[in-house]
Amino acid sequence: MGMEPVLSVEGLTVDARTPDGLKRVLSGVSFDLAAGETLCLAGESGSGKSVTSLAIMGLLPKQSLKVTAGSIRLSGRDLTRMPQSGLRELRGGEIAMIFQEPMTSLNPVMTVGAQLTEAIRQHRKDERESPEAIAKAMLDAVHITEAARRLKQYPHELSGGMRQRVMIAMALSCRPKVLIADEPTTALDVTVQAQILTLMRELRREFQTSILMITHDMGVVAEMADRVAVMKSGEIVEQGGVLEIFDKPAAAYTRELLAAVPRLGALAGTDRPPSVTPGFEPSRDPPVVAEVRNLSVTYGARGGIFGFGKPPRPTVEDVSFTLRAGETLGLVGESGSGKSTTGKALLNLVPSTGTILLGGETVSGLSAAAMRPHRRAAQMIFQDPYASLDPRMNVGAAIAEPLIIHGIGTPAERRQKVADLLVRVGLSPDVAGRYPHEFSGGQRQRICIARALALEPRLIVADESVAALDVSVRARVLDLMLELQEQMGLSYLFISHDMAVIEKMAHHVAVMKGGRIVEMGTRRQVFENPQSDYTRTLLSAVPVPDPKRYRQAAG
Amino acid sequence: MLAVLARRLVQSVLILLGVAAITFVLLYALPADPARMIAGRSATAATVANIRHELGLDQPLLQQFGTYLSHLLEGNLGRSYAQKTEVATLIAARLPATLTLMVAGIFMELVIGITLGVIAAVARGGAVDRLIMMTAFVGVSAPQFIVALFLLYVFAATLGWFPMSGFGTAAHLVLPATTLGILGAGWYARIVRSAMIDVLNQDYIRTARAKGLSGARIILRHALPNAILPVIAMIGIDIGQFMGGVVVVEAVYGWPGIGQLAWQAIQQVDIPIIMGVTLTSALAIVIGNLAADLIAPAVDPRIRSH
Repeated sequence: MGMEPVLSVEGLTVDARTPDGLKRVLSGVSFDLAAGETLCLAGESGSGKSVTSLAIMGLLPKQSLKVTAGSIRLSGRDLTRMPQSGLRELRGGEIAMIFQEPMTSLNPVMTVGAQLTEAIRQHRKDERESPEAIAKAMLDAVHITEAARRLKQYPHELSGGMRQRVMIAMALSCRPKVLIADEPTTALDVTVQAQILTLMRELRREFQTSILMITHDMGVVAEMADRVAVMKSGEIVEQGGVLEIFDKPAAAYTRELLAAVPRLGALAGTDRPPSVTPGFEPSRDPPVVAEVRNLSVTYGARGGIFGFGKPPRPTVEDVSFTLRAGETLGLVGESGSGKSTTGKALLNLVPSTGTILLGGETVSGLSAAAMRPHRRAAQMIFQDPYASLDPRMNVGAAIAEPLIIHGIGTPAERRQKVADLLVRVGLSPDVAGRYPHEFSGGQRQRICIARALALEPRLIVADESVAALDVSVRARVLDLMLELQEQMGLSYLFISHDMAVIEKMAHHVAVMKGGRIVEMGTRRQVFENPQSDYTRTLLSAVPVPDPKRYRQAAG
Repeated sequence: MLAVLARRLVQSVLILLGVAAITFVLLYALPADPARMIAGRSATAATVANIRHELGLDQPLLQQFGTYLSHLLEGNLGRSYAQKTEVATLIAARLPATLTLMVAGIFMELVIGITLGVIAAVARGGAVDRLIMMTAFVGVSAPQFIVALFLLYVFAATLGWFPMSGFGTAAHLVLPATTLGILGAGWYARIVRSAMIDVLNQDYIRTARAKGLSGARIILRHALPNAILPVIAMIGIDIGQFMGGVVVVEAVYGWPGIGQLAWQAIQQVDIPIIMGVTLTSALAIVIGNLAADLIAPAVDPRIRSH
């Protein structure tokens, strides 16, 4: 490009104050951002990409993080040497930011209009147009319908996608030179993500803004970036043009990262997940483990004392499926589609109507006590491995707890069982005495899997079980689950919003929308020859980790 | 929203009915025979029986309760044994003084509590924070008559800024209201501090900072309205606590309110007055809670649309 960069970061080093003294979290990070360019900082959690963005904004938490070396130049001025008052002028003015969580990033007790005009009043005082007029024009620019009415609404009245549009409108309302977008679409559904990414590309052209985009998703990188900087443990391991990075990654870590990305269509032409156990022979006619017929769930069906209000709509409506030993049914859909509720209803954790058969016996409507013997056969693994382990209970106790509840074994036998399970999920048996906070997210999810396996279930409901994990960790946990399935003949109900993960894990796939199954079939049928429009929309919305595809499409 | 209000109203009526029933039972549970109390020690059995009949005490219990309720609805709280006056008249005469004291007390506790809570949250972890929290702790744990005596000693006796006791001018109000407010102020300082710290860590505060807003604006416009929400719910509950404080404070400062009335009535076992004050307090608490239910949606749009 040859032009003077808008933003130039050089040798940026950030230290964290910890009880054991200073700890380096960023070391010598350098990159340039040219006018109108999109640079993606890609990396896994803990790589320092968010710290980099907060340092640029001057928003590092003062008590814990401190820039100790390097410079951040915005049009020539060094932000690391600027006083807070000067930084405040720039923040939201010349340099703006949007965040990962649109649901919580807007103030719940202020109207959208008040939050938009506030930034405009702060930075565009000499504008002839009124702040309200600018705010309305910005909402139009991010394609929010009925802009005038939206200005008077509160954040909770808008969907996640709309809130992120409002955030983008707010960020661009003062015509910043640089927009920092920290995982702007990670919390959104894939179809909404596709819309937001399209919008950002369009606005970049319209507003001539340079974008620094932070993401862990190589699909998003391929779709958005001109250039990419790959980060690991506080350093940039490699940077270059997007085609170059995807085609000829130089650093070993970049190659690893790209290899771990699940690619939609990678398993085209096969009927089952790739076998991970050598010499594994799938059973021809596996027995039925669970069967669900005409399942419906309606939350809050009882109504108030006085019966005010309309009867609520069912969250899950008329869902039927069969689960067989050694096979996985992938349940895919966007948020609010009823997939999690279906999983809970299968285990009788929420009241439902219809028929649920576990191991040939009807369990629908059973009381908690009557359900207990069936719980052994069907277990659940949750999304958040941080929240689903009791921080005060050591790992051994957490895994042994289901055994104790069901009165299985002597203490010595249970200890042995815990050790076996830990080995089985790829951990050392010695870790039984340690506490959850000593483990990483991936290790914790392994512990959760061990706990679920303790009762030797035949069925496991895995609800977004890898959604919170980094790609490389995710790939290993998925492989572990496949291996356990082959060895133990487990049946999975695998719930996910991620089409690529579902493709990798599932034998059969059910696509849910608005509480109903809109399409169900074998993995090959659904992915290679989707019948419903909705399935096709979902599939086409997934960002593909192949930058060439987008460059060609863009012409 | 309307449905919720309707439900709250019905609940309020049920609560008042419950209080009425309890006070009624109290009348019978106490070893003092009303007829004997009215007739006096030396009255003959016939006189007492006469009074019993006059009061309707010889009728079945349920019927008496019905009569009692219908009297209540007419605003008839009965006659004081000792003062030989309508209880409703006695309470009505003293209610304005007590209401003034309560409103001023709530104002004091909110102003002191919220201010200290916000300052402590902003300065969290520092010396100022610790000092405020210690003061709040003292405020919560100090008995009210001690606080009252302390304030009287410093601001009335030594400095002479405010009168020692009495009623009438705004200056008379300051010390009693502060005394009444200090206990709640300690609580609110703690609640506001923890709510503020929680709010200051929210994503939308980061958004506000990313907009380049000033620190004062972020705290007052963005953080405080969110942190204040739990306090609003507290005020309704708090009024019950407050009534207890009113009795002590009115006694110490010679404030002519219903707290004093109740205090005398308890000493004289003047049951109609005790019942009347209890019912009035219950009504105040119920109204306070209803007010909190009405204020909450005005501050929090999320409640409004539910």
